[in-house]
Amino acid sequence: MNLTLHVWRQAGPNQPGKLEVYEAKHVSPDQSFLEMLDEVNEELIKGGKDPISFDHDCREGICGMCSQVINGVPHGGQDRTTVCQLHMRTFKDGDSIFIEPWRARAFPLLRDLVVDRTALDRIIESGGYTSCHTGGVADGNAILIPKPDAEYAMDAAECIGCGACVAGCPNGSAMLFTSAKVAQLAALPQGKAEAAQRVCAMTESMKENGFGNCTNHYECQAACPKGINVKFIAKLNREFQKSLFE
Amino acid sequence: MQLLTSSVGRKILMAITGQLMVLFVIVHLLGNSTIFIGWVNAYAEHLHAMPPVVWIFRIVMLALVGIHILFGIQLTLENSAANPQGYAVNNKLKATFASENMIWTGLLLLAFIVYHVLHFTARVTPDIVKGVDALGRFDVFTMVVSSFQHGIIAVIYVAAMVTLFLHLSHGIQSFFQTMGWNNAKSLPVFSKIAMVLAVIFLLGYSSIPLFIVTGILNK
Ligand code: HEM
Ligand code: FES
Repeated sequence: MNLTLHVWRQAGPNQPGKLEVYEAKHVSPDQSFLEMLDEVNEELIKGGKDPISFDHDCREGICGMCSQVINGVPHGGQDRTTVCQLHMRTFKDGDSIFIEPWRARAFPLLRDLVVDRTALDRIIESGGYTSCHTGGVADGNAILIPKPDAEYAMDAAECIGCGACVAGCPNGSAMLFTSAKVAQLAALPQGKAEAAQRVCAMTESMKENGFGNCTNHYECQAACPKGINVKFIAKLNREFQKSLFE
Repeated sequence: MQLLTSSVGRKILMAITGQLMVLFVIVHLLGNSTIFIGWVNAYAEHLHAMPPVVWIFRIVMLALVGIHILFGIQLTLENSAANPQGYAVNNKLKATFASENMIWTGLLLLAFIVYHVLHFTARVTPDIVKGVDALGRFDVFTMVVSSFQHGIIAVIYVAAMVTLFLHLSHGIQSFFQTMGWNNAKSLPVFSKIAMVLAVIFLLGYSSIPLFIVTGILNK
């Protein structure tokens, strides 16, 4: 099939950018979205032009590097699918596709579709861990964790930190990302000890890093390629209230 | 101080003040509905027989509105600063007209509240008819009916109630989420309850000006 792409091109941070039009010809429905872009880039290189820069790494939906807003939806809007796992069969011959970078103040644009997402790492650094002695590997069953708690924590830990929640949020908020880590650790005995400090430090860090505040649009859950649920935001809100009394 | 400065703390204050106003909205609707059974003058008389209570109530309401607006404006400004550049193609999956326009429906409500207090509490607008009924009580019924017989005033009130509907169709379920009172199962249930309440408020409040302007309720 043949497609018309409108791709955001910008040479560097704080430079003017604009949507450029490219034709993607003879696209196979079995290709992934990134493979389709690879071919467009090969053509650009052959023509002596700058290829489109975009982030990617594993290409199997687990690393969280790929980050493109396709037709206004982070990762293209296929349920629980990252861009790298999005296949061209979800498009039709003759479609126009708009490809833009994650947009949020906390994610400065580096080039074309690549943005700097280290603000998310800084939120984790502020408290998204448990302080414990490292040493020999602990016995797996030394601390018993009820199955439902373990499942709950695993659901939250599914977050791959891609930032689609921020990109989709009308407020540029990182609440879903932050809450997933807060909820994961607060559900486990190892994490409970520091739960109060953690929720305060991480929400504060979210603010300091330029993210907005949650107003419960739930756009984040809809955009999340891992289906992280907004129930974790409710959990963060509960953890925050508990911290007020500690 | 976390409560006054943090992202979540300020949301919680907004949620609590908003929800207390919703409780007021429920009580006020019940009070207003006495107009349909002819008890409104008696209701107003009883209410105003207790000036200290009325005044404490007014001061609390003023504080609620004040806190709610202050943080509402502050958070909204921060949020738009955090998302300075939109997308060329905007395609929202979950956000609604109501959820994206809370600040505007809120500010319209503020304007309405000011007008409403000048209208039926201070009674200083030109359309107001002040009289007493057969029992010597202030005649609230006649005041309201003669006012809403002006089509434009009825329209303003109905429009304000549509605004309230929009604000609360998002606001009430948002309250449960901000307080952390729901989980994945109960969130859709609370959303439905919120919608039902918002519709009840819309129909309940609007029915008064609509019944009057259409001449169904006139004595
Ligand atoms: C007077 C002017 C008002 C302004 C400027 C205003 C503004 C706002 C704003 C900006 C929000 C946050 C949006 C969000 O979280 O999605 C909000 C939330 C809310 N408002 Fe208002 N509002 C006003 C009046 C009212 C009234 C009269 C009520 C109730 C009858 C009300 C009830 C609520 C509720 C329940 C929420 C949800 C709180 C939460 O996010 O959890 N508001 N308002
Ligand atoms: S490239 Fe790793 S998740 Fe898409």
